[in-house]
Amino acid sequence: MALLEVNDLRVSFRTPDGIVQAVRGLSFDVDTGKTLGIVGESGSGKSVSTQTIMGLVRGARVSGTALFEGQDLLTMGSRDLQRVRGAEVGMIFQDPLSSLHPYYKVGWQIGEMIRQHDKSVSKSEARKRAVDLLRLVGIPQPDRRVDDYPHQFSGGMRQRAMIAMAMALNPKLLIADEPTTALDVTVQAQVLQVMKTLQEEFGTAIIMITHDLGVIADIADEVIVMYAGAVMERAGRRAIFYENHHPYTEGLLQSLPGYGDDRERLLPIPGSPPSLINLPSGCPFHPRCPYVMDRCKTDVPELAPVGGDVTHLSACWLPHDMDARNARRKDVIGHAEPAPAEALAGAEAAGGEA
Amino acid sequence: MARFLIRRILQGILVMWLVTVGVYLIFYIGPGPGAVARTLAGKSATPQVVAEVSHRLLLDRPIYVQYGHFLWLLLHGDLGYSFYHQQSVNSIIGAAFPITLSLVIGSAILWIVLGVLSGVLSAVRARSILDRTFTLLALIFYSMPTFVLGLLLLLVFYYELTIHGIHAFPGSGFTSITANPWQWFRGLILPWITLALVSAATYTRLTRGSMLDVMGEDYIRTARAKGMPERRVIFRHALRAALTPVVTQYGIDVGVLLGGAIITEVVFGMPGLGFTAVQAIQQQDLPVVIGVVIVAAAAVVLANIVVDALYAVLDPRVRLH
Repeated sequence: MALLEVNDLRVSFRTPDGIVQAVRGLSFDVDTGKTLGIVGESGSGKSVSTQTIMGLVRGARVSGTALFEGQDLLTMGSRDLQRVRGAEVGMIFQDPLSSLHPYYKVGWQIGEMIRQHDKSVSKSEARKRAVDLLRLVGIPQPDRRVDDYPHQFSGGMRQRAMIAMAMALNPKLLIADEPTTALDVTVQAQVLQVMKTLQEEFGTAIIMITHDLGVIADIADEVIVMYAGAVMERAGRRAIFYENHHPYTEGLLQSLPGYGDDRERLLPIPGSPPSLINLPSGCPFHPRCPYVMDRCKTDVPELAPVGGDVTHLSACWLPHDMDARNARRKDVIGHAEPAPAEALAGAEAAGGEA
Repeated sequence: MARFLIRRILQGILVMWLVTVGVYLIFYIGPGPGAVARTLAGKSATPQVVAEVSHRLLLDRPIYVQYGHFLWLLLHGDLGYSFYHQQSVNSIIGAAFPITLSLVIGSAILWIVLGVLSGVLSAVRARSILDRTFTLLALIFYSMPTFVLGLLLLLVFYYELTIHGIHAFPGSGFTSITANPWQWFRGLILPWITLALVSAATYTRLTRGSMLDVMGEDYIRTARAKGMPERRVIFRHALRAALTPVVTQYGIDVGVLLGGAIITEVVFGMPGLGFTAVQAIQQQDLPVVIGVVIVAAAAVVLANIVVDALYAVLDPRVRLH
């Protein structure tokens, strides 16, 4: 049994303009010690789905199951869910400045959580543990910094403090929602390194939500590519970069700048993401897809194994045999490789340097 | 922090000085040369009194000497002399101020508790029946003039009860807390409620709006993600941040009222600062009017300095500047 098993998660919101279908039948699982990457552009439902699982989304209609160690988080009582949050599942968010309370000392905010889940911990002991945690995530002079306010920290230090807080009770799962987006590149690499080290040390499972394929290349074992609230492709990290099947995955990789090459223009995906109130018929990606066929406009493709490999799934009507797929790629894009080689190498290299 | 406070205090002193200049211009220069002593002496002053006023206030000397004398007395805590009452202004205001203070402190505690609690409940249960009820009540009390509410309370709780033989509340007047604490409390209940209800309405709306903003902040999501119980999220995390604008408004309101809660004092016949000011104006007892203006201005300035200090306590980001 996986640590977290999400099955057919659907999340919708009632708005004055109609019903927004934010997540449409999302399924995935995460094992202890592994990292699942969830990629997609803004509004693809990647943050909403994990926040729904943790009960942090209000006013939504939710269906499906999210079994954490066999217990469904979606139907759990609020008291039980409070015990899971923080203690069993740690979360870090995109903007570390706005995610920390501006009026409380960093150490207090960490200690508050420790004491909430373990009432036997005294205030001075909680402070001591906060110092240790800050040291663990590489904050210099932690015994002094523990009494600083968030605004006295730099961006990278704030995110480290968030990680320290999320890891304080040694949770089994860490949900990182765009943890590096607000940070500059060198700090990004440091923060990812901290997460990787902690994962090795404690065997924590990580869900890494990002739109940055460089982060995925660095940290993910398995990758889910989301578009318009649904999974387009799901595969191991290497397959996503080198044997991707879905045209949306291909488009994401092509829009990545090639490192060290400034002659070539970026290849953005034409058009913009669809309205989640009025989804296109058939495949949601068909209006922007270079391979579009008649069938794509009417029938919704299901996730199906690529080349008979059950760990690589793609929701696309293109042939699921990789040779036939690459032949089509050559016809439409002009080369048989999944994406410009230098872009891939760059993304992986950027990850590798971290 | 210390520098910040020192700067605010210096600014406060500057404001107070400007107030003395304004007061001086209006009351000592405004009436025109020769008429100042006459107006300050009061309605029914004899020529001897007018001459004495002129002499005591150095009105026969150059303006800068006059003003210097005026300021010098103020700096020594001397607000002047009421020729109408044949009494120092200090003793008149000294008698009135504790009454206003009793009224304002009691009702300020009442309205901040009422306003903030109802505002928090409104925000947490936004658009519920409870929220709509509080909104409606806030609108009613906000738009109701103080004298209407005060007279209504007097009608019901004083007049109606008294003619049915129940002497629960006195109709008017003030008993000092040192003379009889129970009478002091009984006499203040209706004025407290009047002033509190009228003021609380603003605080309900202010707290509600501020809480709704804060509840959407990322750090509230973090608090929930940490596994904090909802009650703690609301009061420890959200309200702490939402109070900042409320504290600002509170400081201003309390400061203004300390200069005299005129209508409430008049309706309930309490001889506080506001009542005294109204009476002094009717009697053309200008030295008392000047005294009240200066005390009221000092109350507002002081309240603002206290608010700024509180700001620094509430928000650590202010402390650095």
